[in-house]
Amino acid sequence: MYGTLFLTFVRIGAFTLGGGYAMLPLIEREVTARGWMSKQDFFDIFAVSQSMPGIFAVNIAIFLGFRLKRIPGSLVCAAGVILPSFLIILLIALFFTNIRDNAWVESAFKGLRPAVVALIAVPCFNAARAAGLTWKSALITVAAALTVWLLGVSPIYVVIAAAAGGLFYGLAIKKD
Amino acid sequence: MLFLQLFWVYVKIGLFNFGGGYAMLSLIQHEIVDRKAWITMQEFTDIVAISQMTPGPIGINSATYVGFTAAINAGYSPELAILGSVLATVAVCLPSFILILFISYYFVRFKQNRYVEAAFLGLRPAAVGLIAAAALLLMNTENFIDYRSILIFLSAFLLTWKFKLHPILTILLSGIAGCLLYAPL
Repeated sequence: MYGTLFLTFVRIGAFTLGGGYAMLPLIEREVTARGWMSKQDFFDIFAVSQSMPGIFAVNIAIFLGFRLKRIPGSLVCAAGVILPSFLIILLIALFFTNIRDNAWVESAFKGLRPAVVALIAVPCFNAARAAGLTWKSALITVAAALTVWLLGVSPIYVVIAAAAGGLFYGLAIKKD
Repeated sequence: MLFLQLFWVYVKIGLFNFGGGYAMLSLIQHEIVDRKAWITMQEFTDIVAISQMTPGPIGINSATYVGFTAAINAGYSPELAILGSVLATVAVCLPSFILILFISYYFVRFKQNRYVEAAFLGLRPAAVGLIAAAALLLMNTENFIDYRSILIFLSAFLLTWKFKLHPILTILLSGIAGCLLYAPL
């Protein structure tokens, strides 16, 4: 069982390009096809994982592993999903230090750097849509961006302030 | 001691990261590039590029890479730098691991919890702002060296946003564009 869990999550970690959310359909298929849990249970875990800090795909692995095999299960699943990324990056890191001074590599990265900025800007717009921003909540978005970008405030304080503000608004002002 | 500090900083990053891998980038920038100066802004941009090209979550990829680079920059050997990778990667997962065990053990009904729901009224829009801050912080003269950079930026944005090109293809194309536009010949 541990072996199957580990290998399943290694496969999920190794074959999903494009971050945590790209892993979701693969995790769902693997988990429900093996009868490890129902679709409903999976979506419950999905929902809770989204409201956890940290890394979404790892959180899902920890939750699933715990459901199936308690703490050893969660360790095995988390290790499985992390290991492929870890090893691939380590190989690149060890290798890249030797080629980074190559003139062609340097010119490729001159092209890559502005593209990376664009690739962060696009999910920003997607996240704005997914968060269902209204005019009022967009003010929080703009305020968060400006305090971190221009004032150099730590995102940690922004997160604390946003959570506290949300609690105050949700519990004291917008009482249903 | 770099390794202990690295571990601690990544525990903080793991604890305060809401809103996915891209929102985490602003945390890494602030804590590791600006405050600790363990890696340069340019190294950070390169790490993000490589993290996007390789499989797995961006948060894990970048933690592994940042841990390695920070140790190398501090003058440690590649063998010890691997320890840096391990520590950063474990640390970034640790807070949510403990939280999830706690929730699972005590069967806390987290999903319909009104406090969590209320906190996310503020956290959700703020996370979008943190992603925007990550992009804005990278719009500097190290990454945008001339008009060609702006050209690549606009084409990459259009291709990914309008034409839904896969980010990995965008990265490959921009690397090729870099080779052509900045050819060292």
